[in-house]
Amino acid sequence: MALELVGRARIEDAVESPLAIRGLTVSYGEKPAVFSVDVQFQRGQMTAIVGPNGAGKSTLLKAALGIIRPLSGQVTSYGRPLDEMRARIAYVPQRASVDWDFPARVCDVVMMGLYRDLGLLGRVRPTHRARVTACLERVGMAGFAGRQIGQLSGGQQQRVFLARALAQDADLYLLDEPFAGVDAATEKAIIDVLKALKAQGRTVVAVHHDLATVPDYFDRVFLINTTAIAEGPVAEVFTPAHLQAAYGGRLALAQMGGAAAG
Amino acid sequence: MAGGWRWRKWAARRQGKIMLWQALTLQLGYNATLVTLGAAMLGVAAGATGTFLYLGKRALVSDAISHSTLPGVVLGFMVMVALGGEGRFLPGLMLGSAVSAGAGLLVLTWLTARTRLTEDAAIGAVLSVFFGLGIVLLTVVQGMSAGRQAGLETFLLGATAGMLREEAVVIALGGALVLGLVMLLRRPMVLVAFDPGYAAGQGMRLRLVELAMMGLALAITVVGLKVVGLVLIVALLIIPPVAARFWSERVGVVVVMAGLIGGSAGYAGAALSATAPALPTGPLIVLVAFALFLLSLLLAPGRGVLAAGLRHLRFQRRVHLRQGLLALAGGQPVYEPLTLRLMRRAGLVRADGVPTEAGRAMAARARLDERRWQMLRSDPAFEAAAARYDGLTPLAEVLTDDQIAALDRGLRPEAAV
Repeated sequence: MALELVGRARIEDAVESPLAIRGLTVSYGEKPAVFSVDVQFQRGQMTAIVGPNGAGKSTLLKAALGIIRPLSGQVTSYGRPLDEMRARIAYVPQRASVDWDFPARVCDVVMMGLYRDLGLLGRVRPTHRARVTACLERVGMAGFAGRQIGQLSGGQQQRVFLARALAQDADLYLLDEPFAGVDAATEKAIIDVLKALKAQGRTVVAVHHDLATVPDYFDRVFLINTTAIAEGPVAEVFTPAHLQAAYGGRLALAQMGGAAAG
Repeated sequence: MAGGWRWRKWAARRQGKIMLWQALTLQLGYNATLVTLGAAMLGVAAGATGTFLYLGKRALVSDAISHSTLPGVVLGFMVMVALGGEGRFLPGLMLGSAVSAGAGLLVLTWLTARTRLTEDAAIGAVLSVFFGLGIVLLTVVQGMSAGRQAGLETFLLGATAGMLREEAVVIALGGALVLGLVMLLRRPMVLVAFDPGYAAGQGMRLRLVELAMMGLALAITVVGLKVVGLVLIVALLIIPPVAARFWSERVGVVVVMAGLIGGSAGYAGAALSATAPALPTGPLIVLVAFALFLLSLLLAPGRGVLAAGLRHLRFQRRVHLRQGLLALAGGQPVYEPLTLRLMRRAGLVRADGVPTEAGRAMAARARLDERRWQMLRSDPAFEAAAARYDGLTPLAEVLTDDQIAALDRGLRPEAAV
């Protein structure tokens, strides 16, 4: 299929982009999970990474962050190598990726977002604690600060992960399936927080699997199925033709309802 | 060498007379006191270090590391003898063991990262091959005149009897050094153990942190060789954190508790060993640690077996009572013997199963509560509260009186029917 990037940013925009990926290929074996992807996420926008299961959505994020080593490709953030910009980037991994029986309370997990600031031996001061509390308030979890994390529901765990990212006070937020397996109240709480981040001029990029909510939640869409399919404003990219290109025969008509409406 | 042997014989003669109490209160002389304190320091460091291995689910890697020390111990001895030195010089043996354990760790890491072997298979391979090589070398050395009296076999299970003053000091200092490094690296190690993806996203070098973690386990193994022995050092790394985990839901507290448990095990085990020099020290320390684990398993509040069992029983009773009350309110017969017994004991039904006045009143209340809950759960406005439905919690604990009154407005027409 033809590679078509709607509204594709020019190369010089890479200097501005909070996350610019060029020629990224990731392979777990002999078969690439992500192949030669170029994409620049737009500053101050909320972008959904959308594609079928196994399309390399999460892999793209992880490889961009250096969590898994890509075969090839360059990643820059605000025009600089990503490693120099770590302090401005917050990552929210998939909730299922950790052992929730770990001996930690909700506030301990959010405090992990401050480890970069604290350094190896820096003392936890009242200002740090206040920051943790404030972040828990923003996700509606202030009443749970002392709770063991294993006692939380899936949605509450996801909110704690988001609060930890908020504690970093970053400019770019990368979220891996933040709405997977959460209740409706949590979904609303999370999207409210993300929209508030955008209102502050920050950039949000989220792997997203629910096509129906894409037009409501996001400004832009990046469609991927191993290769980049299209990137641009929802109205231009989130079209049946593009979705067909990304999902092929796997896209049920019902799932496209949201797309047609958008 | 001869001195140690004579000391051992002397100790054996005195064995019956020495009181364990004296050992535990450090009244067995300067040497025994140093050894006991050294073992305690080692235990503290091992418990704290082991916590991160355990939480990172890498506990068994330390077993591969410790078994890989044996070839190095024997080779170190051979090299020192060949150079005309004292073959049993402890720092030299420790260096040798560290080198071969490091080699084992490298092979293990390589096998796991670069081949399709899973970590457990790689552990099995490295552990058995290195240990096998060590045993062969040990047997060869013991066939030589210089090796016969060297007592290298005590490195398998540990022996504090006849330990030199300087050796005890080396062990205590080594333990203190490892403990300091654990404190320094605690934040990266916690983060990597809990959420490696996030840690990597923060720019942390995962392999470096893991290498540091394994390096600390290696250091504990090397320092603990003489006291605990290489076969059982894994127990001193793992039992304390597993026992400590029963007591707390906070990493920091678990680390401190594991240190205390490991330290107590080292202290008591070494003291016991001083009263019974014929017994190897390592197993004694491990048995003390195991006793502390058993206590934790049974008695810890929260995660302990007894507390969990009691909680389950109490919960079961609440469920039975509630089900019984709802059955009463609905005019249905109660067949479950446990339910009947509980209700009889609570004075809710008479011996013949007929509800008492109090029983009828409580049943009506339970029924109203349950109907309110059903209303609430069908109303999207109460979604957050509805998530707390468990069939047991009274609605008054979840909603304010005003909210319940609002809910009742929806309930009334139905109640009138």
